Order: sequence, then structure tokens, then C-alpha cells
Amino acid sequence: MNWLGWLHDFFADPAHRSGPDSIVHRLLEHLAFSAEALGLSALVALPLGLLIGYSGRGLFLVTAVAGVARALPTLGLVTLAVLLAGVGDTAVLLPLTALAAPPMLVAAAEGVRGTDPDVRDAARGIGLTHPQTLLRVCVPAAAPTLLAGVRTASVQVIATATVAAYVGLGGLGRYVIDGLATRDYPTTVGGALLVVLLAVGVQLLFALLIRLAAPPGTRPGPRTRARRTGGAAPLTPTDPANPPALVKDAP
Amino acid sequence: MLDGEPLVRWHWLGDHLGYLADLTADHAVIALVPVLLALLLAVPLGLACARFPRLYQPLAAVFNVVYALPSLAVFVVLIPYTGLATRQTVMVPLTCYALAVLLPTAVDGLRAVPEPVRQAATAMGYGPWRRLAAVELPASVPYLIGGLRVAAVSSISLAAVGALVGRGGLGYLFVDGFQRTFPTPILAGIVLVALLALATDLLLVAARRVLAPWERGAAR
Repeated sequence: MNWLGWLHDFFADPAHRSGPDSIVHRLLEHLAFSAEALGLSALVALPLGLLIGYSGRGLFLVTAVAGVARALPTLGLVTLAVLLAGVGDTAVLLPLTALAAPPMLVAAAEGVRGTDPDVRDAARGIGLTHPQTLLRVCVPAAAPTLLAGVRTASVQVIATATVAAYVGLGGLGRYVIDGLATRDYPTTVGGALLVVLLAVGVQLLFALLIRLAAPPGTRPGPRTRARRTGGAAPLTPTDPANPPALVKDAP
Repeated sequence: MLDGEPLVRWHWLGDHLGYLADLTADHAVIALVPVLLALLLAVPLGLACARFPRLYQPLAAVFNVVYALPSLAVFVVLIPYTGLATRQTVMVPLTCYALAVLLPTAVDGLRAVPEPVRQAATAMGYGPWRRLAAVELPASVPYLIGGLRVAAVSSISLAAVGALVGRGGLGYLFVDGFQRTFPTPILAGIVLVALLALATDLLLVAARRVLAPWERGAAR
């Protein structure tokens, strides 16, 4: 149990300082690949989720997709994809993109559905069209929920990209898998530590973004509290104590 | 790529039924014992958090971070303590993930008892322990089972990753199939993991009907 020794071996290794197996290169690979999968997924899942949430149609589909996706083993999908489509990053991109979609789909649908119906009616009443109501009223009000969905998806993609090193994907998972294969423990724990730091860093980044994205008036703070004691009804899209539970999802 | 290898060799499945059953049983133990352990921990922790709200925020923050840690990274970090290819290496992190899901649901469930109900129980002469056993815990059953459904299904799919550190139940089929370029075990593994998750989920829904009959028909 010599953590300091292992981490010293890992970080002092010249191969981890420059070249294709360097930490910076592996980190960039991991980030680029995760961002690609997440971006592709968001392109499909977010608009679809917004439409489903706004129209209220197809909600059962969202629930079903989220349930099935949670039950599928990532390692199985990744190995199957590589056997069917051949070794290469494109083959791995497919399951990763598919796994990132359900949390974003659920968050988009749930977030838009959770906006106050009175606020929506007001938006329609002052002459906004349906697309305008969705984009200018519902999306800003649902921004924190949306971002929470993107956060869940990113964490999922980062973890799955680590597992996908087993089928030959680059990134930080390489250290973990190669270290395990060669019984090189310093490399394995060094890689695992970097993966953990990356996941925690992304979590913190999203926590900050979510705080910034909350529309004014829904943010907890002295201003809101003062308004509440002033007697006027607070303009909250969702009641934090009783969120609209379309799908009980993991935190 | 598959050179003429069929997607599924049915006779392989027929020849390995016992083997597949053993792996499924092993998988169920590795994935579900942690969920039960987490439930046993979540109820007292939830009680403490419902009673001392100051405790809840930091605990919830810690478990939120824990839940986001990639499973493979956590497994390998535990190897020096729990050993390579042992059940504990996989089960300890799975317990933490399940607890991260169950603690908020336990707290929500315990907080969901309306204050008049609590006062009515007290007025009827219930002491704190009897009130807990007869009113507060039963009232939180639907919440706990909602959390258990999420925790159990995630745990079943996460446990397969344990195959990369030598102990993953059905996950072994993925490693085996990949190394031999043989898709049959991989497909069998995916289907069995999904079926195990489905069976567990149905069992929990049935448990909710028995334990919380007043919730019948409620869409949760």
C-alpha cells in the first residue's frame, strides 16, 4: 500500500510526460472523444426531449427509454459494437452516443413539463407563438434541469469511455487497462486517479453552470426570500419540495 | 470484424445453460447484496438526516460526488485493499453507489409523513420508536422502493464492469466473447443482464403492492 511511491512512479515516467502516451495527450483524447459523443447525442436528445415535454406527447417513450438504458451493461454494448463494426473509434462512438441520450432526453422533457402552466399561459396570452414560448420561456426556466441532465450524461460518457479502453479506445482508460494487463499497478492507479479527478472536475463545472443558469427569481437567496415575505407569489417554475416526478431518476 | 461468424450460435447457448445459470446467480449476488446493504445503511442514516437537517446537505454532497465516480476507476483503486478478482472489490463500490441513490429517497420518504399524522400518532400514545415502526417507516415504503428500483437496476448493469478486474458475473461473457471474437456470449450476457434487471424491477413493484397497498393504482 504505497500510494506515494505508485503515484511518483506514474507521474515521473518519461513516457507519461511527452509523446502519445503522455498524460496531457491521453486527457485530451478522453475529452475530445467524450465531447464528440455528448455533442452528437445532445443534437438528437435535447430537441426531441423539449418537444416531448412541451407537447406532453410521447412521455411514456421517455420513461421506457430511460428504464431500458439503465439496465443495459455498457461493457457488453462496447464489446459488441467493436465485434460488429470493427476496431476503431467510430465503432465505440455509437454505444457511447446512445448511452448519453437517455439522461438528456429525460431532463429536457421533465424540465419543460415542469414549467408553471400559468407562466406558459401568460406567454401565450401576450402573443408569443408556441416555438417562442418554448424557446424564450420554457427553456430558460428549465435550464438548471437541462444542465443537470447534460451533467449526468457527461459523467456517464466519461466513465464509459474509460471502460472502452478495453476494446482499444485511447484516453485515460488506457492507463487503467494497460496497467491491469501488465500488472503495472502504478500505471493503473495513476490512470484511475486521473479519471476520478476528471469526473469530479466535470461535476464541479456543471454545479457552477447550473447555479449560473438558474433564472433570476428562482435562485434561492435573500432577494427571493424578501419577495416571498412581501406577500407576492414567488415565480418558481417548480416547487423544490415537490418536483414534477415524470421519472424518478438517479441523482 | 466477424468473418462468417453468425451473430448467435444457438447450440452454444444450449450447451452452456448450466454455465449461464451459474454466472447469472453470481451476478445477482454481486449486484444485489450491495443494494440490500445500502438499504440497511440508508434507513438509519436517513433517520439521522431527517432529524438533524444540517447533516443532510454535506452527506448528500459527498454521495453526489461518489455517484459520479467512474466504476472502473473505483474498482482498481480498491484492489490493493480487497484483492484482484474478489467479490469485495466490486461489492464495496456498488454499495456506495446504491447508498447514493437510496439516502435521498429515504430522507424524502421520512419527511413525507404529514405533520398532523405524526401528531395524531403521538396523541394516540405512540412513543417515538413505535411511531417510527408503525407510521413513519411504512409511509416511506413507496419512496424507498422507488429508490430501490433505480439502485438495483443500475447496480446490475454496473456489476458487469467488474469483469475487467476479474469478478463481474455475467460481465465475464463480454470479456470472453471479445477475446475470442465470438458475439454469442456477448449477446447472451446483454440479454441476461437486462432480464435480471427486469425481474428485479418486477419483484420490487410486487413488493410495493404488498407493503404499500394504499399506493395501488398511483402512478409512481
